[in-house]
Amino acid sequence: MEIYLMIMLVLMIMGSIFSLSAKDLLSAVISYGIVGFGLVISFLLLQAPDLAIVQVVVEVVTLIIMIAVIKNTTHEEQKKDFNFSAIIYFAAIAFFAVTFFVVFDKMTGMLTNFGDHFTRMRMATAYINGVHETGAANLVTGIVFDFRAYDTLGEATVLFTAVVGVLTVLRIKGKKDEK
Amino acid sequence: MILFILCFVLFMVGLYGVIIKRNLIKIIIGVAIMEYSVNLFLILIGYVNEGNVPILPLPEALVNKPFVDPLPQALVLTAIVIGLATTAMLLSIAIRLYRKYGTFNIRKINSLKG
Repeated sequence: MEIYLMIMLVLMIMGSIFSLSAKDLLSAVISYGIVGFGLVISFLLLQAPDLAIVQVVVEVVTLIIMIAVIKNTTHEEQKKDFNFSAIIYFAAIAFFAVTFFVVFDKMTGMLTNFGDHFTRMRMATAYINGVHETGAANLVTGIVFDFRAYDTLGEATVLFTAVVGVLTVLRIKGKKDEK
Repeated sequence: MILFILCFVLFMVGLYGVIIKRNLIKIIIGVAIMEYSVNLFLILIGYVNEGNVPILPLPEALVNKPFVDPLPQALVLTAIVIGLATTAMLLSIAIRLYRKYGTFNIRKINSLKG
């Protein structure tokens, strides 16, 4: 099963690289879909069907919004020009890569290997043993709506704020529109 | 461990897009890719070998196997939905900028004073 996950991850990396280097914005958005739907299959392989369902819906909605934006504006990508500042950017990228890799190496030293998580599930074990009190059949929904209901309330608040923000940003008139 | 490294490479690809690219849509795609890689990383940590789906009435054959960790799954479920909200917010700001400046190039959108 690990080998399938590796194949999916390599596919996602290839899709994201093509998406960032595509000449046309429409093909960039379409190949960005590879990443999202690859993520769906990875979630299914990792025994997380709830996440897979949510991710399918979110990915489709994101693609629809992005394609609507591109259809209403433009789908030309700017031409590449490698000048001096591009070299500075590549140096910055290399610096960030090295820094993050050192941090990542330290961090994964503290983690257990892939699949050996069972010894560290104290919190989850308490939830699993107490799930009969919630009456939920699905442990994930039991946690989301019962043990961690305040987190879900916060999520609803964030969603509401984002919707209000989108409506406000799209409704206000800019200086150019008034003329 | 190779899976963690591949997930990290996906994160770095997203970071590359955010820093190098000049097109606003490409930058938004980079942010979304970083978000996906972090979600996948959390779920990868919570996996247990030969684990069950965390849904309760177990069939007889699976009773002795452990569950995968349901806690990161519940929190990532929240994070995915919030990710959709932030992406929609970024795209709406991009639409506003395009209507004002007529381009997605962030080099030309430089008169952001007052």
